[in-house]
Amino acid sequence: MKKENSKNEQNRRKFLQLGLLSGMTALAGNSLIQSLQDDASADSEDSGEKVRVLTPDGKMVEVDAASLNKYPEAHIPPAEARKGIPNKKFVMVIDLAKCKNARKCVEACQRGHKLDYHEEFMKVQLIQNNDASEPYWFPKPCFHCEEPPCVTVCPTGATFRREDNIVLVDNNRCIGCKFCITSCPYSARQFNWSHKEKFDDESTPYSPETGVPGQEGTVIKCDFCPDLLRQGKLPYCASSCPMGVIYFGDKNEDLVTNGEETVRFSQLINDRGGYRHLEHLGTKPNVYYLPAVNRQFPLERGFDVEEEVIERYKEVPYVQEMKKKGKI
Amino acid sequence: MTTSSSKQIDPAFLKSIEGKQSLSKIWVGSLIILLVLGLVALVYQIVKGHEVTGMRDNVVWGVYIINFIFFVGLSYSGAFISGILHFFETPWKNAVMRIVEIVTVLSLVVGPIFILLCIGRLDRLHYLFIYPRIQSPITWDVIAIITDLIGCFIYLYLTFIPDFAILRDKEDLEVSDKRKNIYRFLAMNYQDTPEQRAILKKITRTMSAMIIAMAIVAYTVLAWIFSLTLQPGWNSTIFAPYFIIAGLYSGVGFIIICMYLVRKYMHLEHYIRKIHFVGAGIVLLVMSLLFGYFTFSEYFQRWFSHKIHDMNLLDTLFDEYFLEFVLANYIGVLVPVVILFFKRLRTIKSITFAAVIAVLGLWLNRYLIVVPTLETPYLPIQDTRPEFLHYTATWVEWALTLAGVAGFCLMFTLLLRFVPAIPISEMMEGQNKKNNGHRAKKADS
Repeated sequence: MKKENSKNEQNRRKFLQLGLLSGMTALAGNSLIQSLQDDASADSEDSGEKVRVLTPDGKMVEVDAASLNKYPEAHIPPAEARKGIPNKKFVMVIDLAKCKNARKCVEACQRGHKLDYHEEFMKVQLIQNNDASEPYWFPKPCFHCEEPPCVTVCPTGATFRREDNIVLVDNNRCIGCKFCITSCPYSARQFNWSHKEKFDDESTPYSPETGVPGQEGTVIKCDFCPDLLRQGKLPYCASSCPMGVIYFGDKNEDLVTNGEETVRFSQLINDRGGYRHLEHLGTKPNVYYLPAVNRQFPLERGFDVEEEVIERYKEVPYVQEMKKKGKI
Repeated sequence: MTTSSSKQIDPAFLKSIEGKQSLSKIWVGSLIILLVLGLVALVYQIVKGHEVTGMRDNVVWGVYIINFIFFVGLSYSGAFISGILHFFETPWKNAVMRIVEIVTVLSLVVGPIFILLCIGRLDRLHYLFIYPRIQSPITWDVIAIITDLIGCFIYLYLTFIPDFAILRDKEDLEVSDKRKNIYRFLAMNYQDTPEQRAILKKITRTMSAMIIAMAIVAYTVLAWIFSLTLQPGWNSTIFAPYFIIAGLYSGVGFIIICMYLVRKYMHLEHYIRKIHFVGAGIVLLVMSLLFGYFTFSEYFQRWFSHKIHDMNLLDTLFDEYFLEFVLANYIGVLVPVVILFFKRLRTIKSITFAAVIAVLGLWLNRYLIVVPTLETPYLPIQDTRPEFLHYTATWVEWALTLAGVAGFCLMFTLLLRFVPAIPISEMMEGQNKKNNGHRAKKADS
């Protein structure tokens, strides 16, 4: 645990160096979770006291002290969450050559977003391009498309695309028509089919940037963890991957990092033949893939997971063959 | 004029209005039982959430949306047919006109209820109007259906006015005073003067043209809900015309079934005759050929060009849904074609049978458009939970489906208690013409 913390700290520092530190972070203290719990019950009555603060885009404004958020992450209300983090164009690069289905990204994401066992914003799929090529592990988040079909079809504007490339869902606005789910070609969206106990936990106020507490009858999906981005941290999946598969960064700065190395985005894509999944659909995803060439791990390493997960891939011919040989 | 001609009204029209028919008690009773069952299912779904349905993250729309398309399709084709009948003053329209109009309005009342059933947050339905996004096809659909509904109601009402006036003026009609007052109110002081008649005719004609347009727009938008997405089975340029033909196919079939039932149970054999069935049967034949043509084009193109994702869909269809595919797209088209093509086979019963096959086949066709497509997304579903891999409708969905059908039948029955199944005014006009030496009868046949 301690080790993990120090690793996260390291990741974070690297990310801060990228200049992803937002103005909000300046207001924030350090012990994030601690003070979050302390201030959970903070109310917002008018105090009459004025405070000068620096906005994220560098303007000095005077606001009422009571309307200041005491959370280190600065609770972002729905209206604010629609704007996005200024001057950022977030992008993700997933290096398929390094993925061995360790599923740490899935687990960290589930912990971070308070998801249940089967609720996965990040799914690891086993994909085979053609008969001649071996299948490969394919971590699939929401692609945060530049032309998102889900956003186009939403009748109430509950799902929206922000200036910083992130596509979010406002669960307070969603009417649950599920049109966005059917229009997403990447099956990135899920639905809260029933009420769950965790929805009653109102210790943190709802924000589209965190998606918690969830709400019955509304749509959920991967959100690129904008709450972490505001603190200058990497999304849960990127910081938790032991292989450094997931790079995350800002297109404007042309830099992406997996927490260990920081590279030029354009160079990475050009040198390694980066591509976007189902490019021909014209959705212009902001998630890029580096092809599964010169793999660091044999495919079988990915089957070192629990039985239930292996069962998911039973339709893939490769898996059927392996099973016949008794290798899985 | 009205008093003198009132003697010519066939008592068969008025029997049901005066409540003299006895068959209905068991019928209405069983419909109410189905409705109560549906209500139980509805409460269960609202309390427990949508988890009680067979819908899951991949197949997020199930039987509900299929029923929605189906009923709205009936309504749309009803409006279309009724508009055509009226606009071109088709000779034999009188016998079927009222049935068509009632089907149009009632299915447009029942249909949207099903779309409400698959909305996750009914408590936020008003957000559609508070935060409307005009870019969304759902917003177009909401506008189109509301417009269509209002238009159809106005149209239906216009065609009822002369009959309300007759019922108001017929003094020996054995109904309560309250009912008479309702007729009086609804007749809007229509006295059947030549001037009033001309105005009403003009408005009805305009309205009949308008609802044809509204129906086409409404059903096109509904088809777009599917075809504007990128999904392999839906993203098709012919979907809007295909839906319109499919709607007409089921609509004509449904009207034939209604004609048969009304004829049989309201004893209107003298008015709804074989000639009407044959006429409607030939329209059904044309529609079944067109529908078969569109269906063939749709699947043949996908099969021939065999893009990988299209092939995955066809694999699903021919593998897991083979029986349904044969029933919907072979039996559902070929049986009606064969029955209706040969003159010798055209009897009232066989035409009705063909219509039943057409309607059931079309419902199944809608199922095959919605469910297998959602089960075969671009990225394969890799899951172990059977309900996430395959959609199976639960008892809740079936109960609500049956309740929808029962609701339709109940409203149909009750409406026929309130207004005649055949427009009396039009019939009388026909009789008058005949008496005056016009060969209306000949035109009729």
